[in-house]
Amino acid sequence: MEQKRKERLDRGIKVRSDTIYALMSVKEIAYLVLPRLVLICGLLIAPLVMPSMYWQRVISIVCIYCLLAISFDFLAHFVGLVSLGGAFFIGVGSYLAAILNTYWGLSPVLTIPLATIFGALICTILLLPCLPLRGVYFAIVTLMYPLALARIIEALDIFGGTDGIMGVTSFPGRWVELYFMVGMVLIFLFGMRRLVNEDIGLVFRAVKDNDQAVRASGMNVTFFKAIGVCIASAMGCLGGACLVHIYMWAGISQFALDFSILPIAATVIGGAGTLVGPVIGCIILVPISELLRTFGTLRIVFYSLILVGFIVFRSEGLMVYGQRKYHQFERWVRV
Amino acid sequence: MSGEPILDVREVTKAFGGILALNRVSLKVFPGEILGVIGPNGSGKTTLVNCITGFIRMTSGKVLFKGKDISRKPAHKIADLGLTRTFQIMRPYYSLPAYKNLVIPLFSPRARRTGGWRGGGKLGDRDTVGIDILEEIGFERDSFVPYKLASSLPTGYLKRLELARCLALKPQMIICDEVFSGLSMSEIASMVPIIERLRMDGITLLMIEHRLRELFRVANRVIVLNFGEKIMEGTPEQVMNDEKVKEAYFGSEEVEEVMKHA
Amino acid sequence: MDIIIYGIINSISLALMALGFALVYGISRLPNFAHGALYVVAGFITWTLFKAAGLNYLLSIILAMAITGLIGGLLYQFILIRVRGMAISEIIASYAMGLAVLEGLRWGGFKGMTYTLPVFAQGSIMIWGVPVDYHRIIVVGIGAAVVLFLWIFTRSTRVGLALRGMAQDERASLMLGIDSDVMAVVAMVLGSALAALAAILLLPLGNIVVEAGYNVLILAIAVCIVGGLGSWFGAVLAAFLIGFAQILTVAYVGSHFQMVVAILAIIITLILKPSGLFGKQKELEERV
Repeated sequence: MEQKRKERLDRGIKVRSDTIYALMSVKEIAYLVLPRLVLICGLLIAPLVMPSMYWQRVISIVCIYCLLAISFDFLAHFVGLVSLGGAFFIGVGSYLAAILNTYWGLSPVLTIPLATIFGALICTILLLPCLPLRGVYFAIVTLMYPLALARIIEALDIFGGTDGIMGVTSFPGRWVELYFMVGMVLIFLFGMRRLVNEDIGLVFRAVKDNDQAVRASGMNVTFFKAIGVCIASAMGCLGGACLVHIYMWAGISQFALDFSILPIAATVIGGAGTLVGPVIGCIILVPISELLRTFGTLRIVFYSLILVGFIVFRSEGLMVYGQRKYHQFERWVRV
Repeated sequence: MSGEPILDVREVTKAFGGILALNRVSLKVFPGEILGVIGPNGSGKTTLVNCITGFIRMTSGKVLFKGKDISRKPAHKIADLGLTRTFQIMRPYYSLPAYKNLVIPLFSPRARRTGGWRGGGKLGDRDTVGIDILEEIGFERDSFVPYKLASSLPTGYLKRLELARCLALKPQMIICDEVFSGLSMSEIASMVPIIERLRMDGITLLMIEHRLRELFRVANRVIVLNFGEKIMEGTPEQVMNDEKVKEAYFGSEEVEEVMKHA
Repeated sequence: MDIIIYGIINSISLALMALGFALVYGISRLPNFAHGALYVVAGFITWTLFKAAGLNYLLSIILAMAITGLIGGLLYQFILIRVRGMAISEIIASYAMGLAVLEGLRWGGFKGMTYTLPVFAQGSIMIWGVPVDYHRIIVVGIGAAVVLFLWIFTRSTRVGLALRGMAQDERASLMLGIDSDVMAVVAMVLGSALAALAAILLLPLGNIVVEAGYNVLILAIAVCIVGGLGSWFGAVLAAFLIGFAQILTVAYVGSHFQMVVAILAIIITLILKPSGLFGKQKELEERV
């Protein structure tokens, strides 16, 4: 009896441009470059075409979530650590920047880099004892960290307590804010994509795949996990520092659920493991979420349900699907 | 067989709850030799390796490598000192090509110390060194085999990849956990010269094996474990003819049966 | 003296909150992070039935427990069953569902201080010089009874032992003909009903607020992790440890730190001894 099965083959143009590594025609160059070009140009032009200041602000927020989502995807799919507490990084970064700004009067030009670097160090040190933990326990612990920090700040009434730190200076200008954010996202997106194919990136992926083999190769797995966490928390703290200068305020709501859940939802929707999928996911989810803000907490319901839907139906995510379609074609073959 | 042992295992005991997986096992391995470790299933061979190489903490006992006490050292530090191991259940980094699998051990502090590998990038030094190592271990250089994804390699190549992973560290000693198992006859036939090569290069080997015939061809001495205890030590010929060993493998009744009809 | 009395009350309350979570995990190894949401939902259902629909209080309670149990079962059957076996996905899926429910309730208007349930008995008595409401005594009584009953049940009766056996070795149970999915649904239904029971007992002491859902989840996780996932005795012991720690903190440091104590307990336990005090999980080391 004749049976058919589906077969997937790489498109010719992909094979030529990818593995043979010699680009011979404009078409091949376009095949490689066009998607990236579209993304870069899209992100760069977006601030200019937005109809109102409200929407320009939304772009900045999208960028912050993008940073968080990239860091989640990197940690979860390239280092093997699922962190359910992105809000922790945002919170640390934001409070650091606010403190540097209000107590020591440093300008955003200084607070942002300092908050990023020192925030990353603080987050890594605080997460250090949790690194040897098995996946599930690490996930639970990271879920608890932002909650703990928020309640501690509230209980001790330090750093402004429930009211938060007010009067933080804002970015020198609207356009500076927008293009700085977009620039950071692009730098980190392409930087991380490059990093995971570098030698150290391969070590991260090895830690995820088979950490025993990495140990047997004479490398300290915890050390590399720490570096991974450092990079991811740097991105998160950067987002937090920028957030503070956008809203001119730091408060415990920055440890809130939004920052923990939405990056995960964005990654799952956009396509995990691609690093660009989370960005796409954020571009889709955040504007809708901001629109829904007028309905109170409905936005959380919205992306929680989408997250559940995508996880439960094992959807591969937009970018993964998209990449597959772009790189391969399917056909039915007689068996 | 003289001089200081490169690996000195003293009275290693490992208890899992109430079960004694290893009971005061001692052995010495001298530089340049090949020591075989055999024993029926469940005799504690892999547990012994795990204890020696720091993947499991031993309940009591001492292990010295090149005179240094490595009993309590973590696994990566032991590998860093030059004592490497392969895994019985191999799991290469499946999503990477074969030669990229070697980038990871080449990234380790030891490889950087001993080899002087430098650089990175898509076609940087580590990649070329990786291909070199694979060639030494039997991958055909000019074919596309080294570039294939590790997930698509047959067992024989995977075993060699495991050894290559160890070689990238320029080790002084390799503990091979069932390197011959799961291979076809021809694959074994091509593996034996590699083992000989390793010995000629001055690397000491401790080989845990189930395929006795091949092991006895290469090993200088053999140790037999049963139920976590060392029951015999000697040359391959001595071990082959020993009563206790036969009993351990076949059970005492069977031995009597065999002896009756011999 | 009041510390001891309030400590006991708090500890039993924590045990009640943790029961549902512990049961679901104990039977089917499912971390149900929607536990807090089920707790709050039960409260609102009771309120709706009692205050809005005017049903008899006892009837409302029974119906609420049944409905909440049903919701839990449906949650498993339609959502969690598809992520079975992948622990992190189970956590994320159940947490996200809980989130959706809680925030949905908040959006749907269930906020503010206006939602209350009546206590079972008015008035209070003095125990050793400490004023204690009747309702709290009832809570302690019922709570202790339920905990004891479940303990005896899982240790002595055939069904209880079967459940424990199933939890310890799922494959063996499958071979013996016990359908693990059916057991998981049963576990979710029972666990949700227990969450409802805790809500019904504890919510009359305050208002029904959505925040309670998050707090209950954290407390339930704290009790189960400190005690060790899978150990009934550990959970009870942990409930008392955390319960007294909270009361002492309130007495000597400040009431804001209540939740901090619980959260720190989780973090510290996971860092030092992930399997908790009496946990049955294997240690991480021996896993080559």
